[in-house]
Amino acid sequence: MAVKLPIYMDNHATTPVDPRVVETMLPYFTDTFGNAASRNHEFGWKAEEGVERGREQVAKLVGATPKEIIWTSGATESDNLAIKGVAEMYREKGNHIITEVTEHKAVLDTCKRLEKDGFEVTYLPVQKDGRIDLDDLRKAITAKTILITIMYANNEIGVVQPIAEIGSIAKEKGVFFHVDGVQAVGKIPVDVNKDNIDLLSISAHKLYGPKGAGALYVRRRNPRVQLAAIIDGGGHERGMRSGTLNVTGIVGFGKACEICQEEMPVESARLRGLRDRLKEAIFSQLDEVYVNGSMTYRLPHNLNISFAYVEGESMLMGINDIAVSSGSACTSATLEPSYVLKALGVGEDLAHTSIRFGIGRFNTQEEVDYVAARVVETVRRLRELSPLYEMAKEGVDMSKMQWNVH
Amino acid sequence: MAYSDKVVDHYNHPRNVGSLDKNDPSVGTGLVGAPECGDVMKLQMKINPETQVIEEAKFKTFGCGSAIASSSLATEWVKGKTVDEALAIKNTDIVRELALPPVKIHCSVLAEDAIKAAISDWKRKNAADAPAEKPASSAAQS
Repeated sequence: MAVKLPIYMDNHATTPVDPRVVETMLPYFTDTFGNAASRNHEFGWKAEEGVERGREQVAKLVGATPKEIIWTSGATESDNLAIKGVAEMYREKGNHIITEVTEHKAVLDTCKRLEKDGFEVTYLPVQKDGRIDLDDLRKAITAKTILITIMYANNEIGVVQPIAEIGSIAKEKGVFFHVDGVQAVGKIPVDVNKDNIDLLSISAHKLYGPKGAGALYVRRRNPRVQLAAIIDGGGHERGMRSGTLNVTGIVGFGKACEICQEEMPVESARLRGLRDRLKEAIFSQLDEVYVNGSMTYRLPHNLNISFAYVEGESMLMGINDIAVSSGSACTSATLEPSYVLKALGVGEDLAHTSIRFGIGRFNTQEEVDYVAARVVETVRRLRELSPLYEMAKEGVDMSKMQWNVH
Repeated sequence: MAYSDKVVDHYNHPRNVGSLDKNDPSVGTGLVGAPECGDVMKLQMKINPETQVIEEAKFKTFGCGSAIASSSLATEWVKGKTVDEALAIKNTDIVRELALPPVKIHCSVLAEDAIKAAISDWKRKNAADAPAEKPASSAAQS
């Protein structure tokens, strides 16, 4: 069967909106378009109903109660609200925050901002498999620590952190625990109670919902978490996040969560099968390819591979009918290759050769086979062009060469 | 990121890919860049000792599409030129020809460096009893 090109396999960046989600959203653009804060007419009530149903659906997916869900514009805002909100509210109690080096920029840059404001931040290193060492975490906690913020699963390498263990340590020490759950929620089971999570950032567009809709779970009891708002206005969302609610987005977000919850067991097994098929096809045909990060503690739909001696951007150019992304510096505005891969101890030479595959709900086995074939063919072609591959084959030890680093 | 048609053409149909015998005294080899920077170019030229004309040029490049295109173009340009003419090629000529955006200018610089490094290597090999001079911008071959 011929596949339709181009193929989208970059589902960690964003996902298409599920048609069932679109269908649920449509009436809210035209018929049920009211402002959820309008308390005195039918239009407002209907919108509010939609919003509250969404709240239940999102809450249910992560084992929370609806009242604990605060709507935001997306996970970047949720991360900002959680970290800055706790920092400001509990400043009297302490000024120390613990995070890890492979967090998303929404967390890292927020922490950097707080450092300028007098907070101290510990950036935990990760081990070779991409996971933090729990002993490092225990040692980092001081009497001044008010927040631990660790992502559930990494956006580049899909590595899943020992969240439940971190949660128990945080609880035992009486420190709030914020989790950036963007890549994990809807893909693998996440339960705020089993995992002892106090704050959880979620994004709709990563789980087949619309862009511009996000949520922050804020624990209400045992312990109750209070947040200082970063957006002031009409006191919406229990005063934590003012602003007219994105009703259509929220309705879609809710529906998307409901579908994820229903289909997760079947879907995650299917995606894992496709991911393993892709990996197997590549590894059986190419030498010197390396998986970045743990294969054991990993999202089922993620694969991040370094293709030694083939620079990432030239690779993307060669497979230009496939949408994937690269950890190479050349693809981004900065000239540094992926800080996540560097944190894992992947050499900069290999970091420049990494490609991230994010398989999604709408990918088929035919597409996976096509992608594997294109990748193998392109790597072979570019290796023929690569002076490094030639030197490796000649047995030159490139680590001993005096390179002219520019 | 959109590439110019010329970059795409060189990427899809690179000219003069391959290697020459680096131990041949008439062959100059330039190896510039570094794997950790994401680009390494190897440019080789076979130079006629009598006429100083570059008779053959080959390249291999690890790098982005613009780096591949810059080195591919460099081999096309140096072929048939004398050593002095080849040394006159400027990175800005490559930028213009390939319509490289500002973030890719370093690729053209690397190509110019590779030309110069290959020629210095050839000169070093052919300078009778001159002291072995390290080519300025080439990586040492160990």
